Amino acid sequence: MPNFFEDNEDLKFNFDRLDLRKIIDLKENEFAEADDYDYAPHDHEDARDNYRRVLSLVGDLSANFIEPRAEDVDLEEARYENGEVHYPRGTAEALGRLADADLMGFTLPRRYGGLNMPTVTYAMAIEMVSRADAALMTIFGLQDIAETIHDFADDALKDAYLPQFAEGSVTGAMVLTEPDAGSDLQAVATSAQPEENGDEAGTWRINGVKRFITNGCGDVLLVLARSEPGSRDGRGLSLFLVEKGEGVRVRRIEEKLGIHGSPTCEIQFTNAPAKLIGRRKRGLTTYVMALMNGARLAIAAQALGIAEAAYRAALDFAHSREQFGRPILRFPAVYEILADMQTKIEGCRALLCETGRVVDLEKCYGQRVEQMDRSDPEYREARTTQREYAKLAKALTPMSKFYACEIVNEVTSDAIQVHGGSGYMRDYPVERYFRDARITNIYEGTTQLQVVAAIGCILSGDLAPYFEEMRRREYDRPLGTLGKQLGRILDRLDKCVAFVKKKNSREYTDLHARRIVEIAVDAWIGHLLLEQAVVKEKKQITAKHFITRAAAQADARARLVTSGDQTLIRKYETVLEGT
Amino acid sequence: MGYKIVVCAKQVPDTREISGDAMKADGTLNRSALPAIFNPEDKNALEMALELRDRYGGKVTVITMGPPRAAEILRESLEMGADDVVLLTDRGFAVADTLATSYTIGRAVERTGGADIILCGRQAIDGDTAQIGPQLAGRLGIGQATYVTEVLDLADRTARVKRMIQGGFEVLECRLPLLMTVPDQANEPRPPRAKLIMKYKRARAPWELASQVDPDGGLPEDDLARKLGEIEYALAQKDLLIHEWDGQAIAADMERTGYDGSPTRVMKIEPAVLKKTEHKRVEPTEQGLAELIHELAEDHVLG
Repeated sequence: MPNFFEDNEDLKFNFDRLDLRKIIDLKENEFAEADDYDYAPHDHEDARDNYRRVLSLVGDLSANFIEPRAEDVDLEEARYENGEVHYPRGTAEALGRLADADLMGFTLPRRYGGLNMPTVTYAMAIEMVSRADAALMTIFGLQDIAETIHDFADDALKDAYLPQFAEGSVTGAMVLTEPDAGSDLQAVATSAQPEENGDEAGTWRINGVKRFITNGCGDVLLVLARSEPGSRDGRGLSLFLVEKGEGVRVRRIEEKLGIHGSPTCEIQFTNAPAKLIGRRKRGLTTYVMALMNGARLAIAAQALGIAEAAYRAALDFAHSREQFGRPILRFPAVYEILADMQTKIEGCRALLCETGRVVDLEKCYGQRVEQMDRSDPEYREARTTQREYAKLAKALTPMSKFYACEIVNEVTSDAIQVHGGSGYMRDYPVERYFRDARITNIYEGTTQLQVVAAIGCILSGDLAPYFEEMRRREYDRPLGTLGKQLGRILDRLDKCVAFVKKKNSREYTDLHARRIVEIAVDAWIGHLLLEQAVVKEKKQITAKHFITRAAAQADARARLVTSGDQTLIRKYETVLEGT
Repeated sequence: MGYKIVVCAKQVPDTREISGDAMKADGTLNRSALPAIFNPEDKNALEMALELRDRYGGKVTVITMGPPRAAEILRESLEMGADDVVLLTDRGFAVADTLATSYTIGRAVERTGGADIILCGRQAIDGDTAQIGPQLAGRLGIGQATYVTEVLDLADRTARVKRMIQGGFEVLECRLPLLMTVPDQANEPRPPRAKLIMKYKRARAPWELASQVDPDGGLPEDDLARKLGEIEYALAQKDLLIHEWDGQAIAADMERTGYDGSPTRVMKIEPAVLKKTEHKRVEPTEQGLAELIHELAEDHVLG
């Protein structure tokens, strides 16, 4: 029987290498639940073994239940009839299976029926589900909605909704975007008013229209709305929980390029009853930011899963397709494409795992700090550690999403290229992967917004100590040369950062931000692949392939960044007009 | 109160994973070269049992006969949601043909206090005899329906079931107690549940414990017995001890079990070597393909 975990050596390698000790310590709190729940672990090894078994279960379901339905899901598409949204049959069946297998409360605490597993393992599960059916991920991968309720809502809301999420009897949606508020969520106009007596803990009423809402037909909606009349920016927005039903109407669903199984809804709210989540005015600034960060990691994992599927299809095809008397795999022009695809995927997976691990540490320390008394002698240290991980997570999350969602577009396009004319036809799945991939660098923050988030962290110097550590790391032969090349990439990065800082022009920095972020991401991945190469010989080749190309690209990018050329800034309109 | 449902399951070598060393020189199966799995159609039987329990209430008990490692499929059964499992294991049960096997399982079913419904997979992928189900019904003197794909209704100790027949299906009304055999067309077995995996991965049968506690066989018997007793007690407290019954436990007449109880004798095994002798050209047309498919279906290569 195929299994998307067991058949993926690199995924297993990354899982086995994950240092989960601290995370398990903090999440399991000295294994305090072992006596209360028969499925709680007794020690570290037990917890790891549980994670591995659950990932293998996800791999089994993905390969044997979800993937065989994916083509039909794509053809059937989500439908809108008489005011109701219907999932394709395969989607509904797959959701039923995932719920039956206890997989819809992956990271939620056991108290609410969840599995209490780390985010990094959830990301691995998302990768496998997306490899099977990218559209299904938009529902399976929305578990951050429950997590947001868990992290910020009051106990009454948690007790009411979280068990339903964990058992898979409800699905959710993040209801943020509006026709005039896309990337710029500060412009959200949907209004929220407390009912007559004005008690903010009571019922609120929501009015407005939301657009492009993934799974907007879900049962539990987290709605960003303006609770402070007259306010204009993000500080006037709060987050609300609205149940499907009274005052909530899906007006239409979109016809899309890809992820056909996932309904993208336009929702009209007319005096819809709502509950405030957490505190007023913190909707965008705190809660949605946290929700989006989780979702960004999930989308990065989705992208990685699609890339994995596309690479495997391309590799299979290149083995079996013969032209000029030999398999096309034997031609340099083809094997280089495939090698690039695979190297990007392995680099991406390494970065994603590292990001997931850091996000887990941030969350775990955050919860620990919350539970601690300020007078506790360890409080300060825990608080400092949490802040450090938060800083790192804030940088690595957009870097991961940026990288994964860009390379999946390249990888799926290349997969079609390897297939030649056949890849352009519906007979092969690669055209679907290509279509499904295209949304990933748009939703949950476009690539351009990930660059904005990442460049801030790079220019602020938050990452400098980490880069410095990478530079100082010495590798034994034969990795020494690669270590030096990595050092050169880091030199280029420093040079670029120093240059734009000295230039001190917002527009110039914005123009080159992507190039700088690309150098930083490549350096980080190069470092991770080198570390992998230390323990696994086969990875030496992967690291070399990645770092030599990254070094050449860093040179070219740095040359542009440090050119100081202002032509485009001054004359872009002339260029756009044409001649 | 609900129905007492027993599922008979077998651990089999995965004959779908045949590799070069799957056969010994004498033409018999090299079991150690193949992964041991839950016989696929027994899983369909278990799925049907779990669905019946979910719909009508009751309790599902899975019984398997085999060496201690067959406990593996009992853990799988628990992870899918079975309520109880029994491992029938005894050196005296070994090398049983279907007559001896159905006798032994029949004794075990009686030991459980009898069943309203017994479900078996249509056949096992190692022997392909499809005899255990019907023989067991005969042995227990209860009715049987083979090739059942669906239980349409269950009320007043009568089941209305749909069974596959050549070229179609028929609907039968059967009195309980009833034995049914289930083909793979019946359903798609449910996945194990993550929480049950985490719980039951620790479930063990006593025989498995013995090799775990004393892998080299060096412990004095008293020490071993005491140690095992402690572990078994702790597991039983957590509902993690798999029932293990030997010949004595099911009051079996050992003349009728295992090799002694099996009149079948394998006289000779002839490996069938398939050789390419001729080839046939299929025209790449609708008709050519239709003919090919028809021929493959006739030869049971397909379907």
